[in-house]
Formats: sequence, C-alpha cells, structure tokens
Amino acid sequence: MLRRLANYLILVIVATSLAYFLAALSLNPRSNFEAQKPRPTNAQIDATLKTYNLDPETPVVVRYARWVDGIAHGNLGKDIKGGSVADDFARKVGVSIRLLVIATLIGSIGGVLVGAYGAIKQYRFFDRWTTLASFFLLAMPVFVVAIALQMFAVNINESAGSTLIQYTGEYNPTLSGFWPVMLSRLQHLILPTITLTLFQIAQYSRYQRNTMLDVLGSDFLRTARAKGLRRRTALMKHGLRTAILPIVPLLVYNIVLLFTGATFTETIFGWHGMGEWLVLSITTNDVNAVAAVSLFTAAVVLVAGLLSDLIYSALDPRVRFS
Amino acid sequence: MSIQQNVEHEPEADATPALLPPRRSGRGRLTLRRFARNRLALVGIGILVLLFLFAYVGPLVDKWGYNDHDFTAFLDGPSGSHWFGTDQAGTDIFALTTRGLQKSLIIGLLVGLITTTLAATLGAVAGYFGRWIDRVVMWIVDMLLVLPSFLIIAVLSPTFAKSSWLILVVLLALFSWMITARIVRSMTLTLKDREFVKAAKYMGVSDMRIIFRHILPSMASLLIIDGTIQVSLAVIGESSLSYFGFGIQPPDVSLGTVIADGTSYATTYQWLFWFPAGFLVLFGLAIAFIGDGLRDAYDPNSSNAKAQAKAIKEKGKSKDGESDEAAGQRVGSTEVLSQA
Repeated sequence: MLRRLANYLILVIVATSLAYFLAALSLNPRSNFEAQKPRPTNAQIDATLKTYNLDPETPVVVRYARWVDGIAHGNLGKDIKGGSVADDFARKVGVSIRLLVIATLIGSIGGVLVGAYGAIKQYRFFDRWTTLASFFLLAMPVFVVAIALQMFAVNINESAGSTLIQYTGEYNPTLSGFWPVMLSRLQHLILPTITLTLFQIAQYSRYQRNTMLDVLGSDFLRTARAKGLRRRTALMKHGLRTAILPIVPLLVYNIVLLFTGATFTETIFGWHGMGEWLVLSITTNDVNAVAAVSLFTAAVVLVAGLLSDLIYSALDPRVRFS
Repeated sequence: MSIQQNVEHEPEADATPALLPPRRSGRGRLTLRRFARNRLALVGIGILVLLFLFAYVGPLVDKWGYNDHDFTAFLDGPSGSHWFGTDQAGTDIFALTTRGLQKSLIIGLLVGLITTTLAATLGAVAGYFGRWIDRVVMWIVDMLLVLPSFLIIAVLSPTFAKSSWLILVVLLALFSWMITARIVRSMTLTLKDREFVKAAKYMGVSDMRIIFRHILPSMASLLIIDGTIQVSLAVIGESSLSYFGFGIQPPDVSLGTVIADGTSYATTYQWLFWFPAGFLVLFGLAIAFIGDGLRDAYDPNSSNAKAQAKAIKEKGKSKDGESDEAAGQRVGSTEVLSQA
C-alpha cells in the first residue's frame, strides 16, 4: 500500500515537472504584454516577466526551482494578469463543483439504472434503443452534442418568445435577490447538465449492462429464485447489488477525473471552471496557470486511482491490496 | 453489444473443438461469415466506403476549392452553386467538409494503425522478456497514463504549428497505446508458457521471431478490434484538439476546425454546423459498428451468443481479468482523449 502510494507520488511529481518544463519552454508569455495598448517598453516587459518568474533569460531549471519553492510555501505564483494563481484556482474549482455535482449524480444513477434495466430486457425495445442511442453518443465528440443542444435551445427560446434556457455563463450578474438569482442559475445549468449527463449515462450504462448480463446468468440468482424470492426482490437484492460492485470503482474514478475533464462543456457554455481554465491558460500563454492546472490534474488522477482501489477492496473482500 | 440478434444457431461454432486451435483458414472464413451476417457491421463498412468516396471524389466534382472565397456569397444557405452553403468568408462549406473529412479519415486510420502496432510490440516485448524491460515499459505506461495528454499536446501545439500534421498523428498515437499494451502484456505472459511457444523456442527460433510470428498472431482478434476502437478515439481526439485550435493548424482544415470556425454563427446559420458535424458523427458511427461486428464475429461469447447460451457460464479467471482490463481500457481512453 505504502509502496503503491510512493510510486503514485513519484509519477505525479514527474508528470507535473514535465508539464512545467514543456509549458515554460514552448509558451510565450511575452506576447501578452506586446499586444497590450499602450505597448509597454521592452524593459518594462522584462521587469514584469521577472517578477512573475517567467523571464525567458533565466535558465528554465532556475525558474522551475523557484516554482517548486513557491509550492512548498503554498504559493502557486502569479497569473499573467498579475493576480494570484491560488485565488483563481479556488474560484474555478468552485465553479466546476457547482456545475458537476448535479450532472454527476443524475449521470451515474441514471447510467446504472438504464444499463441494468437494459440487461433485464435484453434485445427488447428499451434495450435496443438505449444501446443505439449510447452508440450514437459515444461516437460523437462532446462539442458536437453541446453545440447541437445550444441550437436546440435557441429554437425553443424563439418559439416560446422568451429566453427560457440560457446557454452561456453561470448566472445573470445583473439580477439580485435570492430567488431570481437561483432561477437564473437553474436556467443556465440546464444545458451543460444535459450534456454531461447524457455522456455519463451512455458510458456507464454500457458497463452496467455488461456486468448485469453476467450476473443474470449466474447460479446464485437462480438459487435465489429457487428458494422462493420474487423476481423483483431477487433481481434487486442479489442481482443489481452484485452487478454494481465492479462499476463503483470505475464510477469513482471517472467522477473524480471529471473535475478537469469538463473542458468542452465549460468552454462552450461559458462556465469559468477548471476545464475552461486548462484551455484558456494555454491560449493566453499563462505558464504558471498551466503548471497549476497540470499539478491539479495529476493530483486528481492520483486521488481517483487510490480512491477507486480503496473502494474496490472495501466492497469486495476477495480483493487484497498488493 | 450488437443491437441485432443472431437468431440462427451457429453449428460451425459449436462444431469447432474449443481446446484445439482451429485451422487458420477455417477460422478466418468462419469469422468472415459471422461478420457478414451482422447487418450493422456491413452498414458500417458501407458508410465508411461512401465516406471515402465522398471525401476524395467530392472535391473533383465541386468547382470551389477549400481556400477559395466567393465574394458574392457570404453566409449563404445551401444552393445550386454552393451545395452546403458558405461561411462568413464566402468559403464553400462543401469544399471545407470534404477536405476536413479527408484529414479526419487519414488521421484516424493512421493513429489507429500506429497505436495498435506500438501497443502490440511494446506489450509483447515487455511480457515476453520480463525483468527490467518489463519494469521499464510498465513504468512508462504508468507515467503516460498520469500525464495529462490533452494539456501536453495543446502546450506543444504552437511548436508544431509550422510543421506537418504528421506530428499530430505521432503525438496522438504516443498517448493512446498504453492500456492496450497492458492487455497485450498480460496475454503474452500466459501465452509464453504454452507448448507452441516453448516448442519454437527449443527449436532455436529467435526471440523477436517468436513474438512476431507466434505470439502476436495468436491475439490478432484483440488487436484488430482494439485498432477500430483506437480509430474512433483518434478521430474524436483529433477533432477535439482541432476545435480548440490545438490540432490541425490553418490553412489546413479538419472537421474539428470547420465546426469550430462555424460555432459563433451556428445558431443562426445552421448549415455551418450540421454538415461537418454530420459527417464527423457518421464516421464515428461507422467505425463503432464495424468494431462491434468484428468483436461479435471473433468472440461468439461476447454478447450475441450470451443470450443463447446463458447457461454456459464457464468464465475462467483469465477471461474475467480480460473483461476487467477491457473496462479499464474504456476508462483510460476516455480519460486520455475525450474530455467531456
């Protein structure tokens, strides 16, 4: 267990360092300042870059050492506009959480239910159509679905004559008061939640259907029926419970990873969360932000891996930690 | 996971002795026949062929090039002279779509091929030789899995902006072989102790020859199926990167960049979105159908036969391990390239 943890940690460190070096070497933060109007003098740009630890004249190893030193003191450095990366970080994680909680809940529960029901009704109407639908979804990039939903929302809004469904941003900042703001938040939440939910259901229902099919053919389920349990009880208590087991670690892993994975949904629907930050930090040549995002991503992968291992061994006593 | 049910019973499948490796030609023909019986898979092949025809013959028929601008038609809807309409710069969407589809098709197939080759070679080498080679390869696998591939390709994109799109192919392949390699390795570990491998070894056949002539052909089915999965993942990955401007760089276009350029107008001028997106989805679906048909054809136990032979539940340990790994593969793949 400890060895595994140590191994994970080393991987995280290597991955983050590599990301830092790549970002520091291939991105060009100077272009940001050169595009400013009025354009600062070269000396000013150099000085600013220096204070942000982005000076290309300093050897990259020295910059890296400073960055690591900063992290050790809980300081993630400055972003390209001079703000603190740590503050951005906290704000964006919050946005991502607000976006993901509902979608994840509906997505995972829905996925399990759809998959399990499809397996029970194998090759019937429901199963065929959900299978076909998830095929369809999984063959599509996320942005196609997201934009299609946006266009759909525009049509609805036009036919309704008012904007029922909002498709950019998190809420309308001009509103005040608790209920109007809540309503606005809900209106903004609909489309990204549908996008995320659809993909999660499509993905999880496939796994759930497979494991459920395995369980349905098993001896213990026949035994449960033979001892007189009703079909529903047998399926719920003996069938679904067993079939969910292998899915849970996978769910946990995917859910934790979603923290930085909602890139398209966040970008297209204008939510300023972690996923959008990932893209934004690269397009704005913001080296410190890129480094922070990759540190977070690596940490998230580590947590996801450990958590799903732990949950698996807690749920299934046959599995031991090696 | 096929939608359609194989109603007929398959006498050939049952007649094949389970333990003896069947003759290769016989097995190949059997697989082909099963594949041909799967209507969805044939539809997939049909779509793929049509897409290729469309992508390569289409530009010959169309009088507009993908770099041309028609200054008399900005944001025009589909019409006789512009079949798919035009965008804000007067570029013909039909020309853009065919050109983008060419890129997407080539990149998808190339990445699929390279990924599977890489995974097969490295996985088999690691499993066959064991010891430090194994440890090094597995460590690389772990590390590449932790690395945020999307971020790294995106960060590197300015540096390869001026060079050819082949670099993108290499990068995509570099970040997608790991999980397949793991499966290949674990299969190699069991194959290594089989008689036919040992026999070859004692006959003095060289190690590399054993790997490429005896071990890898035994798992050809897995590799082919995995190849199709990789193709569709590569297409999604490429178009996703291109959508953000991290993939194919202008003046070249891919379906991802065409859709991205149209995004801001898409809600009003819908043809900017539906035509390129439609072809992207068609390609993805075709690959998915083919992969599914192949899996059913190679492994009658996978899904179709399951319904017929629910009673036969003799899943050995190795088989279970496999399905776990396969589940893991999907997880890994989604993590690697398709960011929600």
